[in-house]
Amino acid sequence: MPDHSLAPLLPLGGATPRRDTFAGLTITENPDVAIASVACRMGRDADLAKAAAALFGAALPGPGQMAAKGDWALFWTGPGQWMATAPFATHEDISRIVKAGLGDAASVTEQTDAWVRFDIDGARAPDMFERLCILDTRRMAAGSANRTMIEHLGAFVLCHRAGEAFSVLGPRSAAASLHHALVAAATSAI
Amino acid sequence: MNQMNRINGQPLGGAHGTGVPRPGQVNRLAGGQIDHAKTLTFRFDGKSFQGHPGDTLASALLANGVRLMGRSFKYHRPRGPLTSGSEEPNALVELRSGARQEPNTRATVAELFDGLEATSQNRWPSLSFDAMAINDRLSTFLTAGFYYKTFMWPKAFWEKLYEPIIRRAAGLGSLSMETDPDLYDKGFLHADLLVVGSGAAGLAAALTAGRTGAQVILAEEDFLFGGRLIAESYRLGAGSGADWAAAAIAELASLPNVRLMSRTTVIGAFEHGITGAVERVSDHLAQPAAGKPRQILWRIYAKRTLLCAGAIERPIPFENNDRPGILLAGAIRAYANRWAATPGKTVAIFTNNDDGLRTATDLMDKGVSVAAVIDTRPEGKTLAGTTHLKGATVIDSAGRLGLTGITVRLGTGETRQIACTALGVSGGWNPNVHLTCHQRGRPVWDAKIAAFVPGADLPPGMSVAGAAMGDLTTSGALASGAAGAVAALDALGITAKTADLPEAEDAPVNVTPFWYVKHGKGRAWIDQQNDVTVKDVKLAHQEGYRSVEHLKRYTTLGMATDQGKTSNMAGLAVMAELTSKSIPATGTTIFRPPYTPVPIATFAGRSAGKDFRPVRQTPSHKWAAEQGAVFVEVGMWKRTQWLPRPGETHWRQSVDREVLATRNSVGICDVTTLGKIDVQGTDAAEFLNRVYANPFAKLAVGKVRYGLMLREDGMAMDDGTTARLAEDHFVTTTTTANAVGVYRHMEFCRQCLWPDLDVQIISTTEAWAQFSVAGPNARKLLQKIVDPEHDISNEAFPYMACGEITVCGGLRARLFRISFSGELAYEIAVPTRYGDGLIRAMVEAGKQYDAVVYGTEALGVMRIEKGHAAGNELNGTTTARNLGMAGMVSKKKDAIGSTLSEREGLNRGDVLALVGFRPVDRSRPLVAGSHFINVGAEATAANDQGYMTSVAFSPNLGHSVGLGFLKSGGARKGETLRAVNPLNNEEVEVEVVSAHFIDPEGDRLRA
Repeated sequence: MPDHSLAPLLPLGGATPRRDTFAGLTITENPDVAIASVACRMGRDADLAKAAAALFGAALPGPGQMAAKGDWALFWTGPGQWMATAPFATHEDISRIVKAGLGDAASVTEQTDAWVRFDIDGARAPDMFERLCILDTRRMAAGSANRTMIEHLGAFVLCHRAGEAFSVLGPRSAAASLHHALVAAATSAI
Repeated sequence: MNQMNRINGQPLGGAHGTGVPRPGQVNRLAGGQIDHAKTLTFRFDGKSFQGHPGDTLASALLANGVRLMGRSFKYHRPRGPLTSGSEEPNALVELRSGARQEPNTRATVAELFDGLEATSQNRWPSLSFDAMAINDRLSTFLTAGFYYKTFMWPKAFWEKLYEPIIRRAAGLGSLSMETDPDLYDKGFLHADLLVVGSGAAGLAAALTAGRTGAQVILAEEDFLFGGRLIAESYRLGAGSGADWAAAAIAELASLPNVRLMSRTTVIGAFEHGITGAVERVSDHLAQPAAGKPRQILWRIYAKRTLLCAGAIERPIPFENNDRPGILLAGAIRAYANRWAATPGKTVAIFTNNDDGLRTATDLMDKGVSVAAVIDTRPEGKTLAGTTHLKGATVIDSAGRLGLTGITVRLGTGETRQIACTALGVSGGWNPNVHLTCHQRGRPVWDAKIAAFVPGADLPPGMSVAGAAMGDLTTSGALASGAAGAVAALDALGITAKTADLPEAEDAPVNVTPFWYVKHGKGRAWIDQQNDVTVKDVKLAHQEGYRSVEHLKRYTTLGMATDQGKTSNMAGLAVMAELTSKSIPATGTTIFRPPYTPVPIATFAGRSAGKDFRPVRQTPSHKWAAEQGAVFVEVGMWKRTQWLPRPGETHWRQSVDREVLATRNSVGICDVTTLGKIDVQGTDAAEFLNRVYANPFAKLAVGKVRYGLMLREDGMAMDDGTTARLAEDHFVTTTTTANAVGVYRHMEFCRQCLWPDLDVQIISTTEAWAQFSVAGPNARKLLQKIVDPEHDISNEAFPYMACGEITVCGGLRARLFRISFSGELAYEIAVPTRYGDGLIRAMVEAGKQYDAVVYGTEALGVMRIEKGHAAGNELNGTTTARNLGMAGMVSKKKDAIGSTLSEREGLNRGDVLALVGFRPVDRSRPLVAGSHFINVGAEATAANDQGYMTSVAFSPNLGHSVGLGFLKSGGARKGETLRAVNPLNNEEVEVEVVSAHFIDPEGDRLRA
C-alpha cells in the first residue's frame, strides 16, 4: 500500500461497500480487486504462455473461460487478451507486477478503476440475470466468463459457482446506473 | 430451481358452483372454471356489477345480462363481444382510471379483479344514447376510401378542419395524457423447445418434451392453461378436458426443466428463430406490487419452436350481423362451458359446419333454450331438441341496442322471424397461422377445411401442430402435438417418447364453404372493428382495387388493432368471388408482429424517464454536487457546467468569474471524460503515425504531441494529444464525444487494415481521474501536490512534457503539460478512486491562490478566446485546411485521409478558413449558426460567405467573440461583414480578426 494522503472513494460513493440483500440473493459492491489487462504481443504467444504460467500459476484461459490460482484470477476478453485480477490490498500496483512478470511478451494496462465489480450470490441470481442480459446464466458453467450488455453498458459476467455465484464488471463511471439496474431486476424478480 | 417451474396462472379448478342465481347475474349458469363461492365487485360505465374469480370482464358482463359494451369506430354502431378471446374486434373498453387508464382493452381477455373499473369508448353522452351515431345515417358518405374522396379539397382545410372533426367523431379510446406510473421489464429466456399454446396439442407436446428433461417453455396467452380443452364439454380419457389439462399442468409444474408461463402472448417470430413474448405480470391486479413490473417483454432463444396456437372461428356476414348478442358459436360455447355465462336466455345458431351443432347441444345441456339451428347445408344429420333448419340462412336481425330476433330465409325461399337474444355464428375455423408468416412465409389453402394452413416456408426452427396446422379434432391435436415434440427434439439429438394420450373425440367439422349471405340490401359487416362491410369490398373492387394489399389499405379491412383475425377471410372470399378467382389465388395480406397489441411502454422497458439511459459520473461528481454545481449532459456523462457561488443569480456571473480567476491565477477542471486510449506494442509509434495526419514516429519519450486524425475522405475526424510514456507505450486522448468512435476506428485499423503491426489498444478512460490545472499559478499549486522528488519547473518539465510521477506522498500519477485554455496548464491523472481525494486536496492547496474549479462553460469560453477548434468546428464537413492546420498533414508519410485531403476542390484558394469575429458594435452579442454576407449584398444562399461556429462572451475582452469559417478567411482580416440570422431576422456587423483573441504568441502557455 502506498503511503499517501488521498482517501479512495468507492464506485457507489459510500464509505463502505454497498450490499443489497434479497431472499436468496445478495448484491455486493466489491472494490477490493485490482485488475490489469494483458494483451499478447504479435507472435509471442508461446513466450506469454510460459511467462503467464510462471507468474499466475495457471494457464491463460480460452474463449469464454476463467482460470484462478491463489491470489490470481484470469479471464479471457478477446483474441489474445485477458484480464488478470488479484486482491487490491496486496496488488494495488498490479500493472507493474504483471508487466514485470510477463516482460515484453505482453502489453499490460492498469484497469483497476475502469470497472465497478458487483458480486452476485444466491440461488435466485439467474432470476435477476434473465431480466438484465442475454446470457443463459441458469446453464452457465462454473469458470465461464462472458462479455454482455447490461443496462446498455458493456459488461463482463463471471460465473464462480454454477447458478449461484457470479460477478458483474461494468464501467465504473456508470456504477450507480448499473447498480440501479441490478437492484431493479432483483426487486422485480424476487 | 423452483422458480423455473412456477405457474404464474392459478391452478385449474374443478367444476364449482351451485347454479343458484345471484343478484344481477341473470345469465349466470352453473359449473365452469370460475369460483362461484367468491364474489368480485366491479364497475362498468359507473354502474356496479358482480362477478367471480376466473371471469373476464366480458364473461362477467354477459352473466349480468349486459351485451352492449361499446360503439363502433366509424358509425358508432352499438356493439357487444363477438368472441371470447384475444381476437376480439368489438368489446373494447377503457380499463382503469387516472394515469393507469388504458384504452382499447379487449373485455374478452381482461381478467376480472375486485374493484376493476371499465368505461365504454367512442360514445357521447352515453353508451345507450350516442349522439355521434348520426354517422350511421351518413354512412353513404363514409364508405371505403372516404378520406381520399371527401376531404381532399381545399387542401388547407385538412389539417385544421376535417382531420380534427374526423378524429373526434371516429376513433376508439382516449389517452389519459398522464405519465405511466408502472414499471416494465425486458428479459431473455433460453430453451430447447418453446411450445406456443397450451391446448390439446400444446399440452401433449409439453408433456412429451418435458419428460425427456429437455428445457421446455410452455407459453399460454390466457390466464388458465388448457386452450379449448377448458371451453369444451367432451370427455378426454376418463374425465373432462379440463381435468386432463389440470393433471397435465400439475405434472409439468413438477418438472424442474419446464417453465410454465401463463398470461404470456408470443407476439412475433423474428430472425434466427428468436421469438418475442409479452408476459402480463400484473394486469390481473388493481395495480402492480411495489417494484414489480406490469408486463415483461421476453426475448426467447429456443432451439425449436412448436406452434400450437389453435384456430380462430370465422363469422358469416349477413345484414345487420353486428348487433350485441351476435357472437361466434364457439365463443358462446366457451362462455357457457368455461365461464358459466350466456349472452342470452334464448339462443339461435347459424352454422355451415358440425361444430356449430356442438354449441347448440352444449347450450341445451346447460339448460339454455336453443330457438333454432340455421344450417346452410341442405344435407346432414338432424339435431334433436331444437328446430334444425337446413339449407337456410340468417338474412337480417333486429334490436336497437341488442339482439331481439332474426330473419331466416329457408331453403324454400320463404322467410321466418325467430325471437332470440343471442345468435351463435360459425363459418368454420381458420388455423391460427399468424406466427408462421412473420418471416414472410405464405400459408397454403386446404380445401378439406376451407382454410389456409401453414406453408412450408416457416420461420427457422418452427414447426406447427394441432388445429394451427389444420387438424381440427382433439385426437388429432393430441397426436400431432406429441409427434411435433418428438420431431423437434430429434432434430436436437434428444430422443423423446410420445406421451401416453387419452382417448378423445375425432369428429370432423364437415364444413361446407359459405362465406357471406348475399340476400339483403343492407350492410353486412366483415371487419367490425374498422366498420368495413361487404359493400365496401365490392366498392373497392368496382373502383379498380384488385390486389388484396390494396383492398386492405383502401377499405382499412384488417387494419385495426385485431389485425382482421375474424375478418380477413371473409374479405378475401368476397374479393375472390368478384374477381372470379379462387381464394388461394387471391392470396392473403402479410401478417406482421405483434400478434396482439403491445403497449409502447413494454417495448421501452426500463429505458424511460430518468432511467432512459445510464448516467456516467465524473470522479469529482460527489464533490461538485456538494458545492451545488450545475451539471450538463454530455452524451451519457454528467459534467459540471459551472459552480455558482452565493449571490450569483445568473450563469454568466459564475462563468465570467471562473474564466477571470483562471486567467488571473489558477483554475481546476475535471477532464476525465476525454477519451483515453492506451496504445502499446513494438509498432505502436508506426500505428499512430498512420492513424494521425501528422507525424508521430519521432515523438520523444516523455513528450506530448497534438494530433489531428482524418477520415479516409480527408475530413477531420477528431483531435487530441498523445503522450509517449515509453518506446512502446503511448496514451492517446480523444474528444469526449468521439471517445468510443475513435477507439472503434483504431480497433478497425489495427485488426483489419494493418494486422501485421504489433500494436495493442485498450480504453483507460474510466481508469484515471484527470484534471486540468490552468493559469499563471498552476505550477505553484501543483508543486504542493506533486511529490518533491519530481521537478516540474519550466526547465525540467517544459510545455508538452509528460511523465509518470507520484503525488500526495506516493500515489502513482501521470502529469502532462498541455493546455486547452491557452494558459500555463497541466493535466494530472490519478487512479479514479483517488479522484475525489485529489480535487479536494487541490482545492485546499489552491486556496492561497484563490483557485477556482471551473466547468464546461468556462472551458468553452477559454478555448474560444484561444481559438482552439472543438466539436463545433470538427463537424464532419471540415478539412485540416479549413481548420488552418493544412501544414500538419504530413506529405512525407501515408496516413488515413492524407491522399483524399489533396483533392482539388478542397484546396481552392477561396476555401473556408477558420477565423475570429468580433461585433463592430461591441455591446452586441453574436449568434452561432449565423451566416456571413458581404455588406451591401442580398442575404441569399448564393451570397453566403461562410458561417459562425462558436460564440462566447469574453470576460477578458469585455465583448462577444466568435469563431467561424469564412471563404478566403485568412486574407480578409480587418474586413467588415454581416453575420445574418435569417431564423430571427437579425443581423450583426462583425469584424474579421485572428481566431486567437488571447495570447496569440503562446507566451502564457510556455511560461
